[in-house]
Amino acid sequence: MVQLKRLSIWIGYLVVMLVLPQFFDSILSVSIFNQMAIAIVFALSYNMLLGQGGMLSFGHAVYFGFGGFLAVHTLIMIEFETVYFSILFIPLIGGVFGLLAAIFIGSFSTHKAGTVFAMISLGMGELIAASSLIFVGFFGGEAGISGDRTYGPPFFGVEFLRDVEIYYVAVFWVFIATVFMYLFTQTPAGRMANAVRDNPERAEFIGYSARKVRFISFCAAGLFAGIAGGLFALNYEFITEETLNATTSGRVLLMAYIGGLGYFIGPIVGAVILTLMNSLLSNYSDLWMLYLGVMFLLTVLFLPRGFAGFIMMHQVAWVRGTIKQLALPYLLTGVPALLVMLSAIALIEMSHVEADVLQFIGFTLEPALLTDWLMVGIVGTGSLFAVRKSLPRLRDAWDSANTIPSEGGS
Amino acid sequence: MLEIFIFATLNGLVTGLLLFMLASGLTLIFSMMGVLNFAHASFYMLGAYFAYSVSLYFGFWMGLIFAPLIVGVLGAVVERYGLRRVHQSGHVAELVFTFGLAFLIEEAVQFFWGPDTKNYQAPDILDFPLFTLFGQEFSAYRGFMIGISLSIFITLYHILTRSRIGIIIQAAITHPNTVANLGHNVPLIFMGVFGVGTALAGLAGVIAGPVLTTFPGMSIALGSIVFVIVVIGGLGSLAGAFIASLLIGLLQSYAIASDVGMPELLNLLGLEFERSHPLNDLWTLNLPRIAPILPFLLLVLVLIFRPTGLLGKREE
Repeated sequence: MVQLKRLSIWIGYLVVMLVLPQFFDSILSVSIFNQMAIAIVFALSYNMLLGQGGMLSFGHAVYFGFGGFLAVHTLIMIEFETVYFSILFIPLIGGVFGLLAAIFIGSFSTHKAGTVFAMISLGMGELIAASSLIFVGFFGGEAGISGDRTYGPPFFGVEFLRDVEIYYVAVFWVFIATVFMYLFTQTPAGRMANAVRDNPERAEFIGYSARKVRFISFCAAGLFAGIAGGLFALNYEFITEETLNATTSGRVLLMAYIGGLGYFIGPIVGAVILTLMNSLLSNYSDLWMLYLGVMFLLTVLFLPRGFAGFIMMHQVAWVRGTIKQLALPYLLTGVPALLVMLSAIALIEMSHVEADVLQFIGFTLEPALLTDWLMVGIVGTGSLFAVRKSLPRLRDAWDSANTIPSEGGS
Repeated sequence: MLEIFIFATLNGLVTGLLLFMLASGLTLIFSMMGVLNFAHASFYMLGAYFAYSVSLYFGFWMGLIFAPLIVGVLGAVVERYGLRRVHQSGHVAELVFTFGLAFLIEEAVQFFWGPDTKNYQAPDILDFPLFTLFGQEFSAYRGFMIGISLSIFITLYHILTRSRIGIIIQAAITHPNTVANLGHNVPLIFMGVFGVGTALAGLAGVIAGPVLTTFPGMSIALGSIVFVIVVIGGLGSLAGAFIASLLIGLLQSYAIASDVGMPELLNLLGLEFERSHPLNDLWTLNLPRIAPILPFLLLVLVLIFRPTGLLGKREE
């Protein structure tokens, strides 16, 4: 029964991915889906390190970028007919080289977890990112290198001219990668990674080498990051040094953390949220990175287990059937909180916008008018007050929904 | 040859001492709270920007005084309302928090001051050559930078080792509970140290801004190098940070000033390669070009062969 339920989740995951372009078939949405697919594999591979292995890496983009560069080089080789195979297997090439890079770097970086590991990963990341600008022949300097995915032999008549075709290739690899990454968590190696994360000393006493366990997780993470890099190469057909520098490493950390580290599904959630924010918000405001930073800090401060953790917090109330008690208090706090957020954004945009009028969710605001500033300010402070008023009630409702009443009273 | 060497040494000294101003605060904060503050270089950048804004109205010297104060207060607020809260979620969460803070500060700086480079200038009074050697001038402002950094180092050293508050701080690093039992407010000490550390970073920004240009990328340019220094020197070791700062400063300065590289090495070995050789980039490499990656190379080597750093004691 449990197995059936689990299987149905996987089938649902695959079906959702497969039918998405049927509902949203514009060029923009397909390109967003492609970015999402890449981000999901990349963020999941990062979670193998940080979430499951307890290794905080500031240089995970190295494997992503390295896999991507080798994938583009392979595309070029296919174009010049040095090698001959379908581009469907390009992500695998990226994965193999991501794995090789991880074997090399992991051989000396996995001695210790914690700060030492974080620093080595940072150092290696900076080292390789800086070297990529020096070795122009391989990395193409600032301009990067580009290939063409359409020269390969067609795969059952598909020539990969359109983005949608690449999307289905991506779905194929995302699904395989997700399944294997999930299965990895179920293997003894995956279980031991959790043990070493929580208490390396005890794991060593049982007879496991903490270093070897870390090394295995590290290599697996490198493999899947490389696959993501290969997908990136297929989707964009070019790659620059930006894919292996600190910006990309930071972004994957944000994705995994915002999504929720402790849960397998967390990084998927984070990848979807961040990709959506990236593609949709950047159309409306050039300040979206600022909002992203604020959102990230708020997540670290108030939702240490990320969005997935927030959803899973409600499991007890869900099982007990008391979740209905929470609906009204959530509404009473949530709506004013949303208003606070919107008015804060409105104020920021008003002080930033250069035009005379600002169109903001259906309202027309004029930064030159003092009344507009006052109006937004009053809405904001009023809602803030409402949040403060309703918060104790939410807390009470939360407590009563989650505590199991004892028989004789307390 | 000698003039190049002397000027490279002087410039390396300026960079090294500047780096030490950042590294001293960072290593002090680390030994107290066990957290590497990723946003440390962002406070350095804030220092430069605040000083620029203050100097527009009140001149450079007011900026020199007030910008570090503002940054210090900001740092204390971050510790009180951010780090202390995240502390409950563990070390990784703290590191991630400071990482996010660095990200946010960079975006905020772009929001308030814009993405372009600011015209933040050294004061006119220091705009003269301090001395001329072999026909090359050494500007008074660089001498001023050396002076400020050295006096900060000496003051800090005296406060930490000679004064009462310094002794309490040192005790709070090793035995926080005992110090608290003796009636000292340990969280307040932590907040103070964090504030002073960030203020030092701010001061470094104020004096570095006119030389290294004030732009939103200045924190990234220096941030990872400061980490490298703290780790190479040994986490939590002030003396180690001092040595490592000078080492990195001089190393980079010599590398940039030197004019040797693979071509010379290959000549020496009697080897020659065609331009079309696939490893042409490797054969034409020279020291000035790899100067930016030298600190990271050193970091990785140190971490592999001596994970505690040069003078570090703590084994995690």
